[in-house]
Amino acid sequence: MAIDMRQFHQTFFEESLEGLAGMETELLHLEKAANDSGQENVQADPEILNTIFRGAHSIKGGSSTFGFNEVAAFAHVLESRLDALREGKILPNRQVIGLLLLAVDCLRNLILSAKTGQAVDKPSIEAVYTHLERLENENAESTVINNSSTVVAPPKSSSWRIVFQPQRRLFHTGNDPARVLRELAALGSLKVQLNAADLPAWEQMNPEECYLAWDLELTGNVTRDMIQEVFEWVINDSRLEITPNLPHAARVETIAAKEAAIVDAHNGSIRVSIPKVDALINMVGELVITQSMLSQLAAQFTLENLPKLFIGLAQLERNTRELQESVMRIRMLPLSFAFNRFPRMVRDMSEKLGKQVELYISGEQTELDKTVIERINDPLVHLVRNCLDHGIESPAERIAAGKSAVGKIELKAYQKGGNVVIEIRDDGHGLQHERIFAKAVERGLINPEAKLSPEEIAEIIFLPGFSTAETVSDISGRGVGMDIVRNNIRGLGGNVEIASHSGTGICFTVRLPLTLAILDGLSVLIGSHTYILPLVSIVESVRVRPELISRPAGGGELFSLRKEYLPFIRLHKLFGIEPRSPDLNQGLLVVVEADGKKAGLYVDDLLGQQQVVIKSLETHYRKVDGISAATILGDGTVAMILDVAGLIRMAHTGGVRFIMEDRHHMPVTVNAASAPNLN
Amino acid sequence: MATILTVDDTASMRQMISFTLNSVGHEVIQASDGKEALDILQQKKVDLVIADVNMPNMDGITLVKSLRALVEYKFTPILMLTTESQDTKRQQGKTAGATGWIVKPFNPEQLLNVVKKVLG
Repeated sequence: MAIDMRQFHQTFFEESLEGLAGMETELLHLEKAANDSGQENVQADPEILNTIFRGAHSIKGGSSTFGFNEVAAFAHVLESRLDALREGKILPNRQVIGLLLLAVDCLRNLILSAKTGQAVDKPSIEAVYTHLERLENENAESTVINNSSTVVAPPKSSSWRIVFQPQRRLFHTGNDPARVLRELAALGSLKVQLNAADLPAWEQMNPEECYLAWDLELTGNVTRDMIQEVFEWVINDSRLEITPNLPHAARVETIAAKEAAIVDAHNGSIRVSIPKVDALINMVGELVITQSMLSQLAAQFTLENLPKLFIGLAQLERNTRELQESVMRIRMLPLSFAFNRFPRMVRDMSEKLGKQVELYISGEQTELDKTVIERINDPLVHLVRNCLDHGIESPAERIAAGKSAVGKIELKAYQKGGNVVIEIRDDGHGLQHERIFAKAVERGLINPEAKLSPEEIAEIIFLPGFSTAETVSDISGRGVGMDIVRNNIRGLGGNVEIASHSGTGICFTVRLPLTLAILDGLSVLIGSHTYILPLVSIVESVRVRPELISRPAGGGELFSLRKEYLPFIRLHKLFGIEPRSPDLNQGLLVVVEADGKKAGLYVDDLLGQQQVVIKSLETHYRKVDGISAATILGDGTVAMILDVAGLIRMAHTGGVRFIMEDRHHMPVTVNAASAPNLN
Repeated sequence: MATILTVDDTASMRQMISFTLNSVGHEVIQASDGKEALDILQQKKVDLVIADVNMPNMDGITLVKSLRALVEYKFTPILMLTTESQDTKRQQGKTAGATGWIVKPFNPEQLLNVVKKVLG
């Protein structure tokens, strides 16, 4: 019977890491309770202690079953200390909680190492292990479980005499003497003698009780331990005598069990909640009904049935869309996956910085695409670090400023339109504009004479090569600047903005698209080519009156829309396409907005709204300015998806003009006809 | 073949047990804690229950006690999953009416042997 245990590893890793996250959260609760009570030792909630214990216990059970012995050994010692904590033999003071948090880290590293095969920092894990062992010397038992080296005693041929008299209530534990006899018979040759002396008279007998006893003689390669093992479950409920009959010569055998170290092939997997799967099955059911309705209609089709056909097709369209949405939802995970690590991070870091900070998290149930969640993690960590390091003041400074000594960081997520918004807010001193300005001048990033608005100064922190930390700490100033953070977020199709209020803190607002795979778009015509504009970025569409276009010196064209001047971008010029008509009156201006800035895109016509599946241009071709991706239309042709934020940036920095003038230098004119196959 | 209920709060253990028992043709039902197990068992009769001890909502020992109080489960074999350090738990389980126990860690072969043992 060979069952490949590797198939369960992925689940084990996932649930163990989840379990560790849960333990961490509860330990932090415990610590908060300790801090709040102001006493060294707290009366801990037994349910919290139980949850923490169960985490370690489950990991121990799983890891030893699946052969991760290092994990099991560590989990074992942690479990025994948590058990002592649960029983009140160890008191949960700050020091103990700190050690347990370290132990959770070690266990996480060990599990990750088992998962990826990467080496762990042995000395530091051993140090924590030793501390854990010492935590409770009086009960120190250092049994380390070891799965692979169970030594089986050599069996010898011998004969045994066994007296077995079970207790009356044997049946009430679901046991059966017949099972015991069967097992003994499997060990060797068994002679059975029934002893029914205790059997009462028929009318006094309770059929649920066991009145029988047995005298047995067992011969074979059997040890006393093997016999005792057979009786293991009933030993306390029985009178049992095992005496040797005639000893035989022993035959020695050694059995060495070896287990090959199995390297787990990493498969990304996703756990889906049952309601989501049910919704999917429902959708498919609907689809099947629509399909059968349509085929029935087609079988006896007459022109009178045409309206019915349209109804059927509309229903099919709705089913398809719903099915698509349900499938997309499978990829969605709650943001708590990204937020869960922050309480611990804020705790450790504020301790290091000598600051007092409380973290408030809300909206962690907001769902986002799994890929977005994975990739938003690092930028978020950086933003929170930034608040901790630069935003929140030291307790003394805070008191001097008339604030509570304990700073506050708020992490908040919510859905807004087609976006998920994450706000990271602190109640620190806000941006120090003069310092930022001076630093930027010093770094040569801006001209000392420049007159900048507070918003523009705030933008400076996103410039490459800018950092104001007075001492480069290991917390923020590690070379990753805010420019990288912004780039990473933009890479996800999102954006980050900063708002600062002097004295009352700063707020980073991160906007992310719900998913990376599908886009609601408006198809527009430029010349004879179709392009897609993301629907979320469109404000309105207006007719173009040529007299409203102005061309200020040294800039691109501007369009005056209700007294607001927008950069006027002629997309056909940008992409080198012959417009349908040179007459501006024939086309339309689509007003778009991204990053809080607007621009007008001149197109020949609007074709309609549709959902498109995003195909990366970079993987199939290369990055093209002004274009974010491509898609394949219903008729099989390829259409480019316009990068609205990129176009606006180009317009505001004068980049559009540059490209327009130099467009004959562009190696390839990107349009549907000349683009390579994008499949 | 038999119908077996496995009760464990860790999905990997449940999967491993189910898969192993399925491989020899048993029908396996899963429950993630004692409470869920009790709900299932009150609607469907099984031949064997394999339950973990430490679980949220309702632990394994309470589950055994509750099951033994039901007429249908008076004599049904119930196995507890324990670790070598849980001697007291084992005794509590026994007193509550558990048939026997399987010591963690165990491999699929050991599990099948024990199941064969109780089901006969």
